[in-house]
Amino acid sequence: MADMPTAFERFVQGILPENPVYRQLLGLCPTLAVTNGMKPAITMACSVGFVLLCANVVISLIRNLLKPHLRIVVFTLTIATFVTIADRFLAAYLFQMSKTLGPYIPLIIVNCLIICRCEVCASKQSVFTAASDALGQALGFGLALSSIAAVREILGTGMFFGIRVLPEAWPDWVIMVLPPGAFLTLGLLLGFVNWLGMVKSRRSAND
Amino acid sequence: MSSFKESNLAQAWLVLVFATVFGTALAGIQAKLGPVIEANKIKETMEKIPSLVLGEDGASKIDYPLSINARKVEIKKNGITKFYTVYDAFFKDGALAGHVAKAAGQGYADKIELLVGLDPGGNTITGLFILDQKETPGLGNKIIEKLWRDQFLAQTSAQNLVVVKGKTGKAHEIDAISGATISSRSVTGIVNHTIADIKSQLVLPLKKEMRKIEETQ
Repeated sequence: MADMPTAFERFVQGILPENPVYRQLLGLCPTLAVTNGMKPAITMACSVGFVLLCANVVISLIRNLLKPHLRIVVFTLTIATFVTIADRFLAAYLFQMSKTLGPYIPLIIVNCLIICRCEVCASKQSVFTAASDALGQALGFGLALSSIAAVREILGTGMFFGIRVLPEAWPDWVIMVLPPGAFLTLGLLLGFVNWLGMVKSRRSAND
Repeated sequence: MSSFKESNLAQAWLVLVFATVFGTALAGIQAKLGPVIEANKIKETMEKIPSLVLGEDGASKIDYPLSINARKVEIKKNGITKFYTVYDAFFKDGALAGHVAKAAGQGYADKIELLVGLDPGGNTITGLFILDQKETPGLGNKIIEKLWRDQFLAQTSAQNLVVVKGKTGKAHEIDAISGATISSRSVTGIVNHTIADIKSQLVLPLKKEMRKIEETQ
């Protein structure tokens, strides 16, 4: 296992080089659905981060007991448990937000980002590495979600975190709040991130 | 004994242990957070009651809170006992403003919980609000949209509501959400059942009060 990335490498990779949304194109369902405002986007990113961290730690702790053909069942069981905890917690303490996010919190169970990290990292590496992998990926996911949400909320409503930032005269681009706005923003930002990556690799090739 | 080691049960011991441990943990969390979630729902119900019985315009016109009396209604039907929570809302002068019944039923994805507002005596639907649902985003969850819910307003409770695809203009018809006929049918079914079940119970408090008045005289 000498060629496995270290804990620090895992953490850094999650933020940009292997960003779940911009690089791996994982977890796109909540990315498109709940990014019409910063508040739901941050809540979703925190919930995913919580589930990711807990699932990665638990799977890493029992990685030597896993039977290869039963591992997906164990992953799903673990993820579903922590998602239910997050869902109940939001319903109890952030009731209106839990109504805004609606079924997208229970849908974290089928978020391929989490099962991907369990498979790629947690089922093979130590608890510490798995935890830092989860933190890095969660941070990357949070950054991706908030970048999309920032564009959509500012252009769609003229507000940021519910506070007006554009002048009253701004004609709200309602389309940005609606699903098509999510696709447009994701597409443009994805293209931008890829372009940045290309420029960077060309520069390092020239050096 | 090697055959036991190869058996499905022995192979799946970890899954069984996990299921038991996680199940117990979740039961504990539900026991702890369940009452808080329920309190949140009751708070939201109380906030919604005025606009459910008086309509949004009517609710904004009164400048005092309606006094609300909650009671449990027990319905025995085909050997099954069902419970509904019915809220009776009263004006400041003691006149009955209307009733709100809390009901639940199976939707397409999960249980749908809703509130039906009825006028005094339960003859006309005055409001509909979806408290909790997990229907398909973009399709079934359109049941929470005001435009769709408003079809239920002013419908008479004498006739069952029917879901149709493409409204023909008849009074008791509810237009199905395209792509979500099951969710539309679920909500309409819950509303129909609730009204049928509790309608006879709605005039009771009035009668009781009348009896009290008669007795005191």
